[in-house]
Amino acid sequence: MNFDFLSNPNYDLWAAFWMTIQLTFWSALGALVWGTILAAMRVSPVPLMRGFGTVYVNIFRNTPLTVLIGATSIVLADTMLIELSDRFDTNAFWLAIIGFIAYTGTFVCEAIRSGINTVPPGQAEAARAIGLTFTQNLTLIILPQAFRSVIAPLASVLIALTKNTTVAASVGVMEASLLMSNILEFEADGRTAAFLVFAAGFVVLTLPMGLILGAVAKRVAVKR
Amino acid sequence: MSNLTVLYDAPGPRAKRRNVLFTILFGLVLAWVLYVVISALKDKGQLDAAKWSPFVHGEVWTTYLLPGLWETLRAALLSLVIALPLGALLAIGRLSDHRWVSWPCTVIIEFFRAIPVLLLMVFAKVVFVAAEIGSEEIRPLLAVVTGLVLYNASVLAEVFRSGIHSLPRGQTEAALAVGMRKGQIMTIILLPQALTAMLPAIVSQLVVIVKDTALGGLLTIEYPELLRSAKTAFANYQNVVPMFIVAAAIFILLNLTLTTLASRLEKYLRNRRGGRRRKPGEPTAADAVLMDAAPGLDLNK
Repeated sequence: MNFDFLSNPNYDLWAAFWMTIQLTFWSALGALVWGTILAAMRVSPVPLMRGFGTVYVNIFRNTPLTVLIGATSIVLADTMLIELSDRFDTNAFWLAIIGFIAYTGTFVCEAIRSGINTVPPGQAEAARAIGLTFTQNLTLIILPQAFRSVIAPLASVLIALTKNTTVAASVGVMEASLLMSNILEFEADGRTAAFLVFAAGFVVLTLPMGLILGAVAKRVAVKR
Repeated sequence: MSNLTVLYDAPGPRAKRRNVLFTILFGLVLAWVLYVVISALKDKGQLDAAKWSPFVHGEVWTTYLLPGLWETLRAALLSLVIALPLGALLAIGRLSDHRWVSWPCTVIIEFFRAIPVLLLMVFAKVVFVAAEIGSEEIRPLLAVVTGLVLYNASVLAEVFRSGIHSLPRGQTEAALAVGMRKGQIMTIILLPQALTAMLPAIVSQLVVIVKDTALGGLLTIEYPELLRSAKTAFANYQNVVPMFIVAAAIFILLNLTLTTLASRLEKYLRNRRGGRRRKPGEPTAADAVLMDAAPGLDLNK
């Protein structure tokens, strides 16, 4: 094994993993918001919103992420000429994040919906009995309890998202997997070492997420 | 709370009016988004009949899309068939009483669940090229299948393990009482039941595998699966958007079929077992796949 690539200034490992972290952070934030909105739509009294939520989730959950990310570059950027930034790579970065949000939001939505299912019906009935509207019922009574019971599923969605950000390599975002692919291509004798370093990087990123959020999930879980 | 109408009262006259208002407002927003997208695509000429006409002729299907679909299905099924027994072995290993067996199995399972499939595929391809394993044409398939097998065997191992944990303890006790050995209990009593109970989860995992085959077209892997063939095709026909829509539609239809199959199976299996009702909040086996990606998290909590 040859770890020479670590000291090669052409390969900036920190920058690549920092890019992975940035992709994960913004996508996670967006997906949490979008997923919550989708979940609210899917349980709302307005039939059109329910229908939209169902159709959206079934379409985007079943499309490969690779297709969505490819579409952000080839359809949104190249064909429709959508520009979120003057710089080519920054544009690809933000468009990829839109793709990640569109995809991951469906999993967040389904996790929250399963969390809503764990709240006993008596809670919602009591809320209705004291005259709360649907929005109040959802935001004050149901969602706070639902969130507490879905920390663990959301953690696995977050971990899956972290690993999924590697797909951004296909649109030229210089994150960990693209850098690894380059190193594997040009550093013939450092291949195994490079793979192990990058694999370790992802283990370091994802394992604490699982452990910490798993502990949090246990702590905040509603005892029923 | 599986009946979600418990969240709101039966609408009275005011609520009905409000619902109609919201329907109209939301409908307008949707229509506006749709209008913006369609007019933008129209401006670029992507919705012209000429861009769609290739799909009516057989050529684009027989040269690109159907072979691509075949490669996708081939890689997915091959991966599942190899990953299933491997996953079962890993699950048995992790449940072993001997630490020198259970510990390595745990490390393998957690490691391959923690790293992206794309990294595995890229590395596998490079290794196969360097070691000159397989012919030039077969290497992309080998790389894709290797990546998918390593990842999905680990995930399926956890699925099996949670399936084995979900069985009543009486099964093991009864088997011990009739004098079976540990290996016999696992292979004759526990594993077959866990396999049946987890069948819907396994079918759902196939959806994940099908979606992940699309990674095979990226970077240096160069596996000619459906998405990659579609990309070659739109370079030829100059119809980016229609080609993306058709490729995505094929994936969606395929996966919806598998999802429907999984939930049918789940319903059938539950009825067969005397209709034990799920406790509220207890995830269905098909939902369990949601948990797949989490190293360090336990499916059984």
